[in-house]
Amino acid sequence: MFVLEWLNNQLLKMEWLNNGVKWFVETVIGMGIDTKLGGSLHFFIYDVFKIFLLLSALIFSISYIQSYFPPERTRKILGRFNGISANILGALLGTITPFCSCSSIPLFIGFTSAGLPIGVTFSFLISSPLVDLASVLLLASIFNWKIAIAYVIVGLLLAVISGTIISKAKMEKYVESFVYGNTVLDVDADTLTFKDRISFAQDQVKDIVKKVWIYILIGVGIGAAIHNWIPESVISAALGQDKWYSVPLATLVGIPMYADIFGTLPIAEALVSKGVGIGTALAFMMAVTALSLPSIIMLKKVVKTKLLVIFVGLVTIGILIIGFSFNAFGYLFL
Amino acid sequence: MYIKVLGSGCDKCKKLEANVKEALQSLGIEATVEKVEDFKQIMAFGVMQTPALVIDEKVKSIGKVLSVDELKNIFK
Repeated sequence: MFVLEWLNNQLLKMEWLNNGVKWFVETVIGMGIDTKLGGSLHFFIYDVFKIFLLLSALIFSISYIQSYFPPERTRKILGRFNGISANILGALLGTITPFCSCSSIPLFIGFTSAGLPIGVTFSFLISSPLVDLASVLLLASIFNWKIAIAYVIVGLLLAVISGTIISKAKMEKYVESFVYGNTVLDVDADTLTFKDRISFAQDQVKDIVKKVWIYILIGVGIGAAIHNWIPESVISAALGQDKWYSVPLATLVGIPMYADIFGTLPIAEALVSKGVGIGTALAFMMAVTALSLPSIIMLKKVVKTKLLVIFVGLVTIGILIIGFSFNAFGYLFL
Repeated sequence: MYIKVLGSGCDKCKKLEANVKEALQSLGIEATVEKVEDFKQIMAFGVMQTPALVIDEKVKSIGKVLSVDELKNIFK
């Protein structure tokens, strides 16, 4: 147990980095980390380094696994299942299929053309940005393992339940007609060599870091500001544990925002350290990642308004329920 | 040869188009290169990941920015 704890503290929580940055801020710059400026500086440097280090290592290993599950293969696997097991599998595969929101439309059309029920495709589309392996490990690093695992479970549940409701409601007629009947390209996925997979993983790290670095810097910047400059009374007045509206407020603010989950983590971290409920922080993170204005506008091209409203409504209600339950039972996790 | 680069205008798609042109030039092959950005047309090929490379209406690669050398091998 001792060895595991040490590994967890050094590799995941990066205590060595925490101490190193503390030394740097105190001795080299000469500011105490309990002063406002020193504290913000420490939070900013430590979080930026930690997130980039973890992110690169994680994306690399996860991309290697992902190279075995291109969308074409995921589609083939999903085609063999029916009913709720297809939704569950769709949600699970959503966590390991390499996918960026920019390709959600081709993916939606490709899955639907191949005859997959749209509910299964929605399970996939919801879980994909919400629960990815890298974000789970970062959650474990910033908070703890219990919260990370609980987050995965509720994220998958949200994807499965919303997808199942969309399946049951027979929403197929609310999909634009050109989505159906496109060519279904059958490609063999197993032609990659070890070298191909390594270079795929390297490219993914480069692409993702290039895409998200700005969100991380902004996120950590906001986090550092919350951490040291905004008085606790102001935050607790808006988002405090005892305010019933804290969860809906965090969700509504988060929905239109487009940011990466790695950018939202430091904000959630700072909020929780200021006494905001863990449910409120998670609701904010989920709202930012699962729903965003750009992704809603893109989906509008392939589904009719009614289905779009139902999709956004289901996910929003799910996030609210998750937020309220974590606030009520959060003491079990912290 | 009629070459199509499928992709809705992301950075990677532009890179692939540039690589295609460079590979063609260095091989001295005459070919028409068309950039297809309309996603209905892209989907007609059944492609789920962009950028994709289509030669004479056949899909040759999906979701990858092929390097100039890889492209030369394909065009030969």
